[in-house]
Amino acid sequence: MSVVMDLVYLLVFPGFLFLFAAGLFAEYVDRKLYAKIQNRVGPPIVQPFADFLKLLSKESIVPEAADRDVYLVAPLFGLAGVLTAILYVPVWAEEAVFAFQGDLVVVLFLLALPSFALFFGGWHSRNRFSDVGTLRTLTQLFGYEVPFFLACLAPAMAAGSWEISSVMGTLSTNPVALALLLPGFAVGLLSLQAKLERVPFDAPEAETEIAGGSLVEYSGRKLALFKLTKDMELVVGAAFLSALFLGGPYPLVGVAGPIGGFVAFALKVLFVVVLLTVVKSAFARLRIEQAVGVFYRWAVGIAIVQMLIVIAAATAGIGGL
Amino acid sequence: MSGGSDERIPVGPQHPSLKEPANFMLDVDGEEITGADLTLSYNHRGMEEAAQRKDYLQNIYLLERICGICSHSHTTAYVQAVEELMDVEVPDRAKYIRTLIGELERLHSHLLWLGVGGHEMGFDTLWHYTWRDRELVLDSLEELTGNRVHYAINTLGGVREDVAEDQFPELRENLEQIRERAEYYREVVPEEETVLMRCEGVGTISREEASELCAVGPTARASGVPTDVRKDDPYAAYDQVDFDVVTHEDGDLLARVLVRLEEIVQSCDIVDQVLDEMPEGDLKGSPKPTHTLPNMVEEGEAISRYEAPRGELIHYIRSDGSDTPERVKVRAPTLANWPTVVEGLKGSYIADTPMIVAGIDPCISCTSRIGVEMSEDAAVSIDGGDGKLTLDDLSDYAKDWYGQEVN
Repeated sequence: MSVVMDLVYLLVFPGFLFLFAAGLFAEYVDRKLYAKIQNRVGPPIVQPFADFLKLLSKESIVPEAADRDVYLVAPLFGLAGVLTAILYVPVWAEEAVFAFQGDLVVVLFLLALPSFALFFGGWHSRNRFSDVGTLRTLTQLFGYEVPFFLACLAPAMAAGSWEISSVMGTLSTNPVALALLLPGFAVGLLSLQAKLERVPFDAPEAETEIAGGSLVEYSGRKLALFKLTKDMELVVGAAFLSALFLGGPYPLVGVAGPIGGFVAFALKVLFVVVLLTVVKSAFARLRIEQAVGVFYRWAVGIAIVQMLIVIAAATAGIGGL
Repeated sequence: MSGGSDERIPVGPQHPSLKEPANFMLDVDGEEITGADLTLSYNHRGMEEAAQRKDYLQNIYLLERICGICSHSHTTAYVQAVEELMDVEVPDRAKYIRTLIGELERLHSHLLWLGVGGHEMGFDTLWHYTWRDRELVLDSLEELTGNRVHYAINTLGGVREDVAEDQFPELRENLEQIRERAEYYREVVPEEETVLMRCEGVGTISREEASELCAVGPTARASGVPTDVRKDDPYAAYDQVDFDVVTHEDGDLLARVLVRLEEIVQSCDIVDQVLDEMPEGDLKGSPKPTHTLPNMVEEGEAISRYEAPRGELIHYIRSDGSDTPERVKVRAPTLANWPTVVEGLKGSYIADTPMIVAGIDPCISCTSRIGVEMSEDAAVSIDGGDGKLTLDDLSDYAKDWYGQEVN
């Protein structure tokens, strides 16, 4: 029985089917809001799904020079990482599907996999543009991962736990603590934006410089999978941040049970997506060394200050930490 | 992107950042560009040759199609030269209408450029904002001339169509909006941190370099060279209107953005003055039927200068007294500005290439004239030896060239 339930978790909810729908919907919200901000009409709600289907039906080419095996496996690699990560993030209840001490670090690791998938796929495409793109992807990875880790450690320190569900449980009933964690939330948002390679951190795929970077050679269903991975990563990343910094399914989960919890979760994820879209529409693209500079000069500093705030608050007994 | 300083990276002729074909060979040291070479004319359209086979009237419509953005610039430059050869005085009202359309064209061209610049630096919101505002100008042009892009307002000795007083209020309303938007951009763009990071100190051309390389238009003015044909050698009604030549000292991409934004405001002012002072009178300088006008052209040669949105545009016409020109030579402003791009690329980052190229607002295909680059050991030479290349020579050359190993 538990095997059946595990499969349902992995393939239906909150796994593949749910993430598929949520990812496409998040892409729709992102594109529509982006268009509205820019005074355009934007796509209809079925557009992301139509794009996905269309890509599935297109010819899927493997370049002659590419390293065939790696090239074919790369899209699945990132997708698997994202699908696994959602199992450790609470979606409708106080507790995630699977939870154990240290799952926070596991999710951080799993969320890095899509970037490595881009790297493997791009590097083994043997294309000049994808070479540059993958190098930029990796360079940027070194920029945002450190502040992202530091920012996510602050709530863990505040709650005294390495388990996402219990961090969320401890902090969500404590508005003062959540307010104290706002700087960390900001750093987490910026890092997530860079992870997803969106403006102003889209140098790795800079359309006008390197024509999309790592994915230049990808076509058909492999490209569809990469795009789907990115959409799902947006949802999982937003869910992860909302669990750590915004209280996930709380407070509705206590009032209205799993359905209320899910509504709260969905609203918070949507809120994070909206924030990321607003950031995307307000800036120009940074050069890769400027992007890394932003993270090392500012984000790391803010993340460390955030940890000091948590320590100071705990020492002084502010906010019940 | 590792490697020594001897690494060469080709950008173009086919490249995602280039909307038209051009080739840059960049010498790079890591991410930094140490030197650059430029090859042009991948899109030769044979316009000048075609112009020698059509009469002076037909050529207006041919030359209007050199460029899809500064179409009015080309026809005005052309008809001014022909009018000089015809010895016709253009009536004041026609001059004012030419000025009016010319400034509206500058407005839409600058707004278009600002959008392209925004897109190149990954700031798509700026792109969509400016292109939305540009629609106001295109609407006005359509209202005035019937067309959004090829206005076909010029004819020999004057203009084809009149403008009516009752069109003015709506035009003024649109202008007011554009002025507001331009002032908003002027306020916001230099404040936006990421824009500054991508534009400030990038592709800098000093005043000396700009003069030495004979830069024209906003590119030269952004480096502090106060060149503007509208002031230096006024044509149409520019001696009747009051405006400033906008210059900036810094010579970087930011300066080019600011100069063009300021010019948008200036253009709005000029259009306002033109509308206020539009004189009554004829539209054409000669009472003869239009189709007979090419016969009035006398033997001789003429040069006409025009301040196109991208800078000084030159048309040269040589006439043998017949109704078709013996030679038409067009020097598009982009040609004069290319050397500044090569200079600006040196010392910049590879990632800045698209923006530095876009910074001069290049019209690559408008600049294309035939150019055959021969190596010293080539079988045929273009300027020495037998002199002319036959079609067969060129065909053989092409076969050799494309048969080479591409590396």
